[in-house]
Amino acid sequence: MTSLPNSTERKLGLVIDLDICVGCHACVTSCKEWNTGGYSAPLSDHDPYGADPSGAWLNRVHSFEVTDGDWSRTVHFPRSCLHCEEPACVTVCPTGASYKRVEDGIVLVNPDTCIGCKLCSWACPYGAREYDYDHGVMKKCTLCVDRIYNETIPEEDRIPACVRACPTGARAFGDLGDPDSDVSQSVEERGGFNLLEEFGYKPVNKYLPPRKPVEPLPQAAEEAPANTGSRLEKLFAWADRALSR
Amino acid sequence: MHPAYSVIFFTTASGAGYGLLFWLSLAHLLGLLPGDGWTGFTTIAVALVLITMGLLSSTLHLGRPERAIRAFSQWRSSWLSREGVAAVATYVPSGLLALFWLTGTESIWTPVLALLSAAGAVVTVYCTGMIYASLRTIRQWNLPLVPLIYLVLSAASGALLFALFMALFGYGSVWIGVVALLATLAAGGLKIAYFAEIDGNPGRYTAAMALGLGKDGIRQLDPPHTRPNFVMREMGYSVARKHAQKLRRLALLCLCALPVLFTVAALLTPLSTTFYLLAVLSAALGLVTERWLFFAEAEHVSMLYYGAARA
Repeated sequence: MTSLPNSTERKLGLVIDLDICVGCHACVTSCKEWNTGGYSAPLSDHDPYGADPSGAWLNRVHSFEVTDGDWSRTVHFPRSCLHCEEPACVTVCPTGASYKRVEDGIVLVNPDTCIGCKLCSWACPYGAREYDYDHGVMKKCTLCVDRIYNETIPEEDRIPACVRACPTGARAFGDLGDPDSDVSQSVEERGGFNLLEEFGYKPVNKYLPPRKPVEPLPQAAEEAPANTGSRLEKLFAWADRALSR
Repeated sequence: MHPAYSVIFFTTASGAGYGLLFWLSLAHLLGLLPGDGWTGFTTIAVALVLITMGLLSSTLHLGRPERAIRAFSQWRSSWLSREGVAAVATYVPSGLLALFWLTGTESIWTPVLALLSAAGAVVTVYCTGMIYASLRTIRQWNLPLVPLIYLVLSAASGALLFALFMALFGYGSVWIGVVALLATLAAGGLKIAYFAEIDGNPGRYTAAMALGLGKDGIRQLDPPHTRPNFVMREMGYSVARKHAQKLRRLALLCLCALPVLFTVAALLTPLSTTFYLLAVLSAALGLVTERWLFFAEAEHVSMLYYGAARA
């Protein structure tokens, strides 16, 4: 049913720390590796080794230079489904294939009932859904629903593949509906924020901002050092005059 | 937004079909439909063929057309589902109406069926418009004008077709021409208002809102992929945008100016069938251009992650 639940028992999601993400794309490839072999049919690629490769991926990492006042830096920016509390991608679905789970808030597509009309991808402001041309259905982040509850794999692996793969610990998984959870605490401490808050879809996933430097950035000296009158300086002054002629 | 040919054909062909069904039903309801059952039957058959061809075409852009029946289930929340339900529901009264006219049976039920057919046509086209107008991600679509434009363009193309068929059967009358004239003028006026509205709105959302960072500048360093992905091809389509002004003029010329001239000529000269045919052909070209532009000029918020400054 594509009508949204009034509330969900938990709000499982990711917290992504933009301060420590190094843009290595390990989460991207790990996501692809798990999801092309697990839940649903493979995530198809087209011309993967040719001149125009493309394919369905559920997680993408952009790299931007962002400027805020006189502060600017490189920010690596992972982007995937944010498992919104009020997602229009679910309500526009004509078949009921898109749904939001009451028990944990995960937004999923049923690959057996999706007709591939692509309207959900039009409704998502985050560009999080990607169409699978071979399978003929829409694909999206499942929050690794086939890992997190999977009792056949070791307990330490029962987290999303992207979180498991991240070498810097920039991604955390947990219940953002529980104010005492580690993820909620880190959002509280670090001023975690929503993407496109103004849009009003209430994303569950949160982003932690890059830390700003405590001290001013070191600046190159602009003035020449004071003249001390040493012989060496006189030599350089003579060389400067001679070369300037 | 990427203009899918199947969706352009669907919305224009079905739109014209529902417009024709609307005017035909209205004429019958008001006792203004001239001729015998064959006139009514042939005209309603053309309307239903246009509608059906459009609906079948719309399934071509589906990845899984064999599952299309499922699209009727979510009418509580989805305008696409509501459109499907309304389209199928409209077949019932219009199909029965066609049957009455085919068999030449006089019945007190035909005005009721005509009323239901006209209402079904309006509801279906309104739902089509709302599929687009309900998407907050696309500012060029998320406007109250959009469903109105779908309704009036459908009414205009349907009225021109209705005038053509009545002229073909030798029942051309002034009121049908005047209706076509007014509907076509309204269509042109609404499109001019629409172009002015989308040009005057630079977009509420910025790249800094999308990232939650960089209020004083955002520059793309490395894209997430070396070649365009589905999101960029579907949502970032901009091939026709550089020709937008020329295409807008072409759309207004073919959709409004020429059909108005041809309709006036049809009303004033004995060559009404020829002129209505020219009006219909011109309007068809104008409608396809208009619908192409409706997609090509639409900018999606997700492009903020791919270098767009505002959306």
